[in-house]
Amino acid sequence: MPVPAAPAVTAVAVPSTRDLRLDLFRGIALWLIFLDHIPSNIVSWITIRNYGFSDAAEMFVFISGYTAAFVYGRAMRERGFVVAGARILKRAWQVYVAHVFLFVIYLAEIAYVSKNFESSLYAEEWNIFDFLKQPDVTLVQALMLKFKPVNMDVLPLYIVLLVGFPAVLWLLLRRPALALAASAALYALARTFEWNFPAYPSGEWVFNPLAWQLLFVIGGWCGVGGADRISGLIRSRIVTAFAVAYLVFAFVIVMTWYFPRYGYLVPHWLGELIYPIDKANLDVMRLVHFLALAVLAVRFVPPGWPALELPVFRPAILCGQHSLEIFCLGVFLAFAGHFIRVELSGGPLLQLLISITGIGVMIGVAWLLRWYQALEGRGPAKRSRNADFAGGDV
Amino acid sequence: MKAFPILLAALAPLSPALAENDACELGRPLISAEAALPRAAAAVAERHSLNVIVLGSGSSTLPAPTGERAAYPARLEAALGKFLPGVDAKVVTKIKARQTAAEMMEQELQRIEEQKPALVIWQTGTVDAIKGVDPEEFRDTLDQGVAMLQGDGVDVVLMNMQYSPRTDAMISITAYTDNMRWVALQHDVPLFDRLALMKHWSELGTFDLYDASKNTDTAERVHDCIGKLLAGLIAGAVKQPAPAAETR
Repeated sequence: MPVPAAPAVTAVAVPSTRDLRLDLFRGIALWLIFLDHIPSNIVSWITIRNYGFSDAAEMFVFISGYTAAFVYGRAMRERGFVVAGARILKRAWQVYVAHVFLFVIYLAEIAYVSKNFESSLYAEEWNIFDFLKQPDVTLVQALMLKFKPVNMDVLPLYIVLLVGFPAVLWLLLRRPALALAASAALYALARTFEWNFPAYPSGEWVFNPLAWQLLFVIGGWCGVGGADRISGLIRSRIVTAFAVAYLVFAFVIVMTWYFPRYGYLVPHWLGELIYPIDKANLDVMRLVHFLALAVLAVRFVPPGWPALELPVFRPAILCGQHSLEIFCLGVFLAFAGHFIRVELSGGPLLQLLISITGIGVMIGVAWLLRWYQALEGRGPAKRSRNADFAGGDV
Repeated sequence: MKAFPILLAALAPLSPALAENDACELGRPLISAEAALPRAAAAVAERHSLNVIVLGSGSSTLPAPTGERAAYPARLEAALGKFLPGVDAKVVTKIKARQTAAEMMEQELQRIEEQKPALVIWQTGTVDAIKGVDPEEFRDTLDQGVAMLQGDGVDVVLMNMQYSPRTDAMISITAYTDNMRWVALQHDVPLFDRLALMKHWSELGTFDLYDASKNTDTAERVHDCIGKLLAGLIAGAVKQPAPAAETR
């Protein structure tokens, strides 16, 4: 349903106009993440991870870095390090609370499922419920962000990125190039020496913050003016040609995964070079793939593109503007969708129904959130509300 | 809640009552037909024997009372006897529940090497995924294990996880399946893709894998099919390039 744009958002001075493209792509990323989180979902065939190396997670982290730098950067310039830093940390706290809330819902579902599970075929898989037997350890490890059930890895990453962000932003505003270089150096070091955060019961974080921070900082660098500096480069023919070539290359490689009989077409030396593509540590292949996508997106969707105001894009933009809430909702809906599917032993038709309904619910809730915001809009100062609204949402 | 049966009828995949063999056959397209097991083939050609060891965790067996007799290793032995007449095919199991790949490597692999089988079926992945073992470590373990066995003249078939729709949302297996596929490619080892196979059966409605009850019938039939298809893969790979008349 089309909603008039909130005046508080569009009425800001020109250099700080909200870039609707960010909201649009973030909204789309949220939908894709939802679809990917429903296990064995046939509808997830449409998501980008099936056609290249990177997936919606990259879009999400990059755009989050961009918006966080954009919003809190302005706050830091105007009101100083302490105020902006405090607001970033407050945001980190909100994300933490959201994560714990999701964890509780997850626990409830898993505890319910485990009660009626006696299949002899799956005696082995049943061990996944072991952690319910020792809630003392499980809960503490979860609160420490070490125990993270499936699909609950993105928010912890985001919490860590936000906690480190005040210092990063401080540097980004003074010496952006230095900040970028430091971030790249940390990325290289973490990958070389295999630094990562420990997880429980074993292993390490699925999204290594020490590697993924690079994408967040690249986003932040673009958000504080870097994007303008390299706009000429992005629009150059050579860069575009390279981006297209790389995307085609990635597409061909990925297709050999789905049709293994053509696997032999990938020369051995090339396989040696590119495999395995390591998601945990943001493989270079993935990073470049995302940047290539971003280059094309920037080139073909110009800022202030009039079509962005069209009603078709409205739902995605709305979702992108409330990303923390909609992200959490998406994780919950994916659990719930899977639960329904299992209870009904449903087939592809049910999956399709769940996928469409889920996205519909996400749009509905985003619209509702916007409505609440408009209600409350009369009270607090415009600017701070606007910042929170744009702000560092996941 | 009264609407459930109706919904179910409308949305559940069609599940025609299939004869058991047809059910197994439905999975055949997912089994690699060009697998090569040169070391096992040599044993068959020279000694007319095929000693197979199944190294695995809980999903390579079935809990009592169904037990080992109905699990796929026993079914594999029976099917090999049929597919390879005149060959003395034996299947021995080294199965321990809750064992990660690294634990199998540490505790079993040495002993297996001493027994000099022609072929090891290495079923793994589930426990590592449940315990959240670092996927890179998992890959390194498999990589070393397969290299060790091959170095000793033993062929390997890797078998990945079961498809388990109920716990699908709770165990993150992609990183582990990808790594198994990668190791298999690297060492020219056939991968018996149990995950894709069972998913296929589930989608076709061949077996109701959503069933959470104690019903052992489905479990037995699934294991029977896995044993038969695995035997088909092995028999195809060890046969001399003579006329392939044996294919059913």
